[in-house]
Amino acid sequence: MRFADTNRIAIGAIVRYPLRTAMMLLATSIGVGSVLLLTSLGETARDYVTGEFQALGTRLLVVFPGKTETSGQMPGSLTGTVERDITLDDARALYRSPHVELLAPIVVGSMPVSYGGLERDTAVLGTTYDFLHIRKWKMALGEFLPDVDMDRAPPVCVVGKNVRTELFGTKSPIGEWLRVGGRRCRVSGVLATEGTSLMIDANEIVIVPVAYAQVLYNVRGLFRIIIQATDRGDMAAAKRDIAEIIKQRHYGQEDVTVITQDAVLATFDGIFDTLTLALAGIASISLIVAGVLIMNVMLVAVSQRTREVGLLKALGATRRQIIALFVSEAIFLASFGGAAGLALGYIVAAGLRAAFPGYAFMPPTWAAVMAFMVALACGVFFGILPARKAANLDPIAALAGRQA
Amino acid sequence: MIKLEDLCRNFQVGDQVVHALDNINFEITSGEYVSIMGPSGSGKSTLLNVLGLLDSPTSGEYRLDDISTATMEDDDLAAVRQSKIGFVFQSFHLVPRMNAFENVELPMVLAGLAPAERKRRVESALERVGLAARLDHRPDQLSGGERQRVAIARAIVMAPTILLADEPTGNLDSQSGQEIVDIMEDLNRQGLTLIVVTHDPAIGRRSGRQLGMQDGRVSTDSDDEQPGRTAEL
Repeated sequence: MRFADTNRIAIGAIVRYPLRTAMMLLATSIGVGSVLLLTSLGETARDYVTGEFQALGTRLLVVFPGKTETSGQMPGSLTGTVERDITLDDARALYRSPHVELLAPIVVGSMPVSYGGLERDTAVLGTTYDFLHIRKWKMALGEFLPDVDMDRAPPVCVVGKNVRTELFGTKSPIGEWLRVGGRRCRVSGVLATEGTSLMIDANEIVIVPVAYAQVLYNVRGLFRIIIQATDRGDMAAAKRDIAEIIKQRHYGQEDVTVITQDAVLATFDGIFDTLTLALAGIASISLIVAGVLIMNVMLVAVSQRTREVGLLKALGATRRQIIALFVSEAIFLASFGGAAGLALGYIVAAGLRAAFPGYAFMPPTWAAVMAFMVALACGVFFGILPARKAANLDPIAALAGRQA
Repeated sequence: MIKLEDLCRNFQVGDQVVHALDNINFEITSGEYVSIMGPSGSGKSTLLNVLGLLDSPTSGEYRLDDISTATMEDDDLAAVRQSKIGFVFQSFHLVPRMNAFENVELPMVLAGLAPAERKRRVESALERVGLAARLDHRPDQLSGGERQRVAIARAIVMAPTILLADEPTGNLDSQSGQEIVDIMEDLNRQGLTLIVVTHDPAIGRRSGRQLGMQDGRVSTDSDDEQPGRTAEL
């Protein structure tokens, strides 16, 4: 029997039983579609989280006070009892490493800020001129902090978009005196950058010189230091240098934590790989269910077409030919269902993208390929048993419509 | 061309053995027109199934064109059915979703013939049964007589040497039945060996040779009634 004829006969049978075909397509497409949707959810979660950390930039290191052991918590920020502060002198000393290009010490807290009769609480972040370049933030108006030594505390500040509109309205804030805590500083610029990264909302912030912030909060220690390494390939060397320099300055104690974006991303990547695979696995169960349905429907098809099988045998069809006919019918059903499922998955994903802009919701290609392949494999695997049943029918009984 | 020697076919029904065919011996030569008659349960359908290689004898020998069929595997039997034997059934057995052309084409599709050759042969076969104008009609759009003609066209399209017909007129009115018999007899005159199972004596009488079956045995054979031969009883 020619390949084209086998296909033609199988397609003919598929077209001839539209309700059965529709049910099979529905079951298979739900299976394939759910694999696509669940994996796209996993990938979206990964993109969201890694996107947060990607904002750090690939050459970035962060130094926190305190050393966490293998507790798995964010270093220093939540629980760590800090032995010794990181000071501005520590920060300046880090420039001794040839692998450190730029660094910005950070002190952060919350303070009431006011202008005219308006007052609000906002995050007040103390840092230096280089912060803007390390974070690649943009200015909408005016200038960022002046490029002066980090010990100096000129009374200037930069405000985020929301702070500007809420306190100054439509009026230009440049050159106005803003009251921060108990002190006053002159507004030198407005940030253009929006959105949250690393738990800092660029819209809701006032940035002042780091030494100024130390006075405001009356602290000596830094919240963290962000460092840009000279080269991506030198991240390990930079990390080693930083730890070594701080250790020397802290009398031999390793009481800081240095993290790199790569390390954080690698951890999250591992977690989300597992999560996405688990989701794909769960969705695959529905594909297997679809496969079992294919088997049942094909078994029904064999009993409906018992006489036809008997006739084929009388006309000289071999066992192999009868198996080929029924298996290719199952494969066609599975692949049509798979294709419908891909369409379904991509359409629903597009709908989700439209409903939740900003999230990826893109089914990964490997998931689409895998889901389709599994659907095909289900067609073959679950098509074989009914096909063998057909091939094993006794021709005389089959011609009489009996399956015995 | 057909030779049966001590052929038996037993069925196990519960703990009883039923002798559907009990020591059958006869020969059919090429081009003969043979009718097999007998009451229900006499074994005439089983005999036809054995002749058509759809069933295998329990014991004894069935030689077709001087080849023993006893040792053939399923696929060998299928190949012989495909090339040498055409079947016509009482209930036509057309595939309902295929039109007349496709039904007639089916044996050649299974044999893997080229589409152009198939088209030529289908048209000629439908011509021979007088149905050339209804190629694209599905079985449910055809009358009983027309369906049986499609079935005959399908049976002869592979140019077999034997045509086996099981009650070919059983589902037809007498007019259509007569036409079907005429077509088959016409094919017989052109050299096809025709074996018809029927319990219609009117059709049986027309054949050149009548085999009467009773309880799994050949009770009468019109050839044996000729002088000089003895009936096998």
